[in-house]
Amino acid sequence: MIRVTLPYHLRTLARVGEEVTLAVSDPVTLSSVLDALEARYPMLAGTVRDHYTQQRRPFLRFFACGEDLSLETLDYRLPDAVVSGAEPFMIIGAIAGG
Amino acid sequence: MSGVRVLVGTRKGAFILTSDGKRQKWDVAGPYFAGWEIYHVKGSPADPNRLYASQTSGWFGQIIQRSNDAGRTWEQPGTKPGEPTTTPEGMPKGESNKFVYDTSPKTGKPLTTHQWYDGTQHPWEFKRVWHLEPSINDPDTVYAGVEDAALFRTTDGGQSWHELAGLRGHGTGPQWSPGAGGMGLHTIVLDKNNQNRMFVAISAAGAFRTEDGGKNWKPINQGLRSQYIPDPKAEVGHCVHRIAMHPSKPNVLFMQKHWDVMRTDNAGDLWKEVSGNLPTDFGFVIDVHAHEPETVYVVPIKSDGEHFPPDGKLRVYRSKTGGNEWEPLTRGLPQQNCYVNVLRDAMAVDSLDKCGIYFGTTGGQVYASADAGDSWSPIVRDLPPVLSVEVQTLS
Repeated sequence: MIRVTLPYHLRTLARVGEEVTLAVSDPVTLSSVLDALEARYPMLAGTVRDHYTQQRRPFLRFFACGEDLSLETLDYRLPDAVVSGAEPFMIIGAIAGG
Repeated sequence: MSGVRVLVGTRKGAFILTSDGKRQKWDVAGPYFAGWEIYHVKGSPADPNRLYASQTSGWFGQIIQRSNDAGRTWEQPGTKPGEPTTTPEGMPKGESNKFVYDTSPKTGKPLTTHQWYDGTQHPWEFKRVWHLEPSINDPDTVYAGVEDAALFRTTDGGQSWHELAGLRGHGTGPQWSPGAGGMGLHTIVLDKNNQNRMFVAISAAGAFRTEDGGKNWKPINQGLRSQYIPDPKAEVGHCVHRIAMHPSKPNVLFMQKHWDVMRTDNAGDLWKEVSGNLPTDFGFVIDVHAHEPETVYVVPIKSDGEHFPPDGKLRVYRSKTGGNEWEPLTRGLPQQNCYVNVLRDAMAVDSLDKCGIYFGTTGGQVYASADAGDSWSPIVRDLPPVLSVEVQTLS
């Protein structure tokens, strides 16, 4: 199972805790994890990536295993530690605003 | 027993203020959707328990929320007819935040572009829903005014939204341009006597009218004058801030423009200025008394460079003559050191007798008058900056 950490406002929107787990078939990529997230929690569709362009929203970043994956392409394969569930895939909101 | 429900959108959540018909004691509920910008909350005239909210965020984009029980519980609508209301895991479905602009049926490419700040053409990019206007007759039909400016409609209670593209596509789109606050369609006025007629206003494109339910649109900006538009006959380009109409006089519209308070008696074909003796004719809100179609309210703001009341005195101005002759209403409002703004969607009226007037400020106050503006008191003082105020009169 893939562990995904969500920012606070997406947790409240999906009515879940800090982390959700998703079944994602191989290959586990940025795209397949986001697809699984939106399929399991449809209210999050459009909140992490734009509905129309499917691009990551500018004030969100993707991290895993201490690496910033935000600029990777959507077919980027996530690290083995994420695939095994040892490490979470983290969606983080930019610290900005008032 | 009559009552009033005031729906307040703020920078950090929504609030619902309720009172009986005396409008003296208020219950305050909220924040709903805490931490999110709530641009607008509005109830269906056909079903007062049906509310819609525009929830938005620079981080996470647009969300549409719906309540079927007067705001006690909310959901993101998004289930197609006949489908289960939840996923197999029990979560509510939703694509209610999907606003996709129409493309040209001939080319498949974007319908049009608009003018950018530097004068070049720029593609339309969806940012948020500014205003939700539920149908007068059908609780499942709602119009949405969005940024970048366009009009969308749902007929399934907010589950899916489709553009009424005749507005952007009628020909003047390339001349529309964003104001400092973006290019938003912020005003939607429905005519309860004629379901095919509708008015919208856009900053900074102007006002538009349809007579066929949104298929075709006509710019209605003749008579408007703006310092930055040298052509007095310009079809579009004016920064209209708000339009208001009394339902008994659907050909009479009142407008608070960037500068100037305006009036038309022929559904927008020609406007004339009615600023009269206002201390400044800059402002955002304008509304009409529920029972007196020639009684109009504005909140003058000092200037486009200083968005606060003149002299630090918060004054509502009322005209009982359809404009030109205005009287300041000050009783109960701060008359010194007040430097708040009142944004374009932040004034509303109830239909009780006497008519109640309500407005919210960027300082977080929501003021109410239960006597048509003669006296005011704050319902709440310390909310986040208020973006919108709507009122439901309950019987």
